[in-house]
Amino acid sequence: MMPLDFRSVPDFGLAWLDASGPDCDIALSTRVRIARNLQGYPFSVRAKPADREAILSTVQDVLDRTPPVANGIFVNIDRLDSRGRLLLLERHLVSRELVGQDGSEAPSSSALVASSDQPVGLMINEEDHLRLQSLTSGFSPRQTWGLVDSLDEELGSQLPYAFHHEFGHLTSCPTNCGTGLRASVLIHLPGLVLTKEINKVLQGISQVGLTFRGLYGEGSEVVGNLFQISNQTTLGKSEEDLIDHLQKIVGQVVEYERQARAVLVRDATNVIEDKVWRAFGLLRHARSLGFDELMNLLSGVRLGLSLKLIAGPRVYVLNRIMIFAQNAHLEEAGGAGTLSGPELDIQRAIYVRSALAEAEPSPGS
Amino acid sequence: MLCDNCAQNEAEVHLTQIVDNEMTTVHLCPSCAAEKGLDAGSAKNLPLSDFLAQMGQAAVTEEERVVAGPCTYCHTTVDDFRRSGRLGCPHCYSVYESQLRAILRRIHGSTYHLGKVYVPPASEAADRAARLAGLRRKLQQAVEAEDFERAAMIRDQIRELEAAIDA
Repeated sequence: MMPLDFRSVPDFGLAWLDASGPDCDIALSTRVRIARNLQGYPFSVRAKPADREAILSTVQDVLDRTPPVANGIFVNIDRLDSRGRLLLLERHLVSRELVGQDGSEAPSSSALVASSDQPVGLMINEEDHLRLQSLTSGFSPRQTWGLVDSLDEELGSQLPYAFHHEFGHLTSCPTNCGTGLRASVLIHLPGLVLTKEINKVLQGISQVGLTFRGLYGEGSEVVGNLFQISNQTTLGKSEEDLIDHLQKIVGQVVEYERQARAVLVRDATNVIEDKVWRAFGLLRHARSLGFDELMNLLSGVRLGLSLKLIAGPRVYVLNRIMIFAQNAHLEEAGGAGTLSGPELDIQRAIYVRSALAEAEPSPGS
Repeated sequence: MLCDNCAQNEAEVHLTQIVDNEMTTVHLCPSCAAEKGLDAGSAKNLPLSDFLAQMGQAAVTEEERVVAGPCTYCHTTVDDFRRSGRLGCPHCYSVYESQLRAILRRIHGSTYHLGKVYVPPASEAADRAARLAGLRRKLQQAVEAEDFERAAMIRDQIRELEAAIDA
């Protein structure tokens, strides 16, 4: 498997933006990852550079015999420039742990592997030696788990994992041991936020073994009414049970969100219409946009689309803006060096205006 | 709003539960909530820090003061673990088994893996992979020590082994 410049692959890792999955007007994406470690090596926190190098080459040796990542894309994270690493982070393809905590220095021998035809791959030398992962469009825990599961079967039949008869798969942090499985759904809940039902729902999910985070995972703030709901525990339940539970509970949350939206449309039509159109207007005309402001405006337009209060743009366009209007993506598109905060906000507004103008049907068509 | 239970005090704890696909909300005053074992603040605590704190206490209050560790393989101590929340290697799970069992029970509600049973690769292949890993480490050490003669020898052994794996 040859290392590759991921920038030469159009929209690398962004297949999920296409909004093709179930309930994609509410659930943006589903992610499943499992943590695995190799026998005979210390965990990453204790691993010396030579251990990390040996882990990387041991895994690399079997990748070519591992469908579906054979002939896939291999990215040496530690050989990327810092913007390249931030691009992957903004695409949710790597963790902060893998690219370096401050984005300035990556841990040695860290790598990202992605299948070239399926949304599945792995991180090497993360907090755990291996993090197998899949990111798909919409709300589809079972399908997404299936992709990770087959990759795990293939890799596990070739690599000796650290496994304990009682504790299951051993991980650096005991919160991940057992199945090593974390499944999460990125979900847009403006209806529940506006009807002030959201805290009840979040309390409810925390009582049934689920937890929530913001857009950028652990420790991140909730912006743009986007919540990542995931399982809290990884031990004592089978993978199927964990996945089915998430499917069932998040399915209910999707249902509550639909009900809340129906209530809003019925009881506060004018307020909602105004909110949606104002958001759309600002996105199309603003000359400077902060990222959080952008996320809140996108939330309004996304809601308007789902309620058919506005006819366009497509959800795909909104998903794209969410990724490409982030700082590293704007700098990458500009080709210049790093931009200051105010410059970024101006570039963000320019990008959003052009993305929306492109998406609009031309007059007469 | 008055407490659903005693109907006397102001409700301050709002408990939402999902049971059999039905979401219900119960409003309770602090004393009724405490009676039912609900603490309004408890949901905010990060689970792991709780467990780690508990682990420290357990080490102090145990009469025999059996202090496990450090891990004979990676030298991780209880303090290292308590500070970082991370274990150093798979062997740590054996060294700190009894403390971990308590921690795992509190985090996950169980200590037993009920997921897929992992079957390690056929032993011959695993042996080869382990030998290969060992050789690679030796190669690294030889190169670092600038012992290039030895490095060349190890490299040949690695190539031989790789050829055997590919065959």
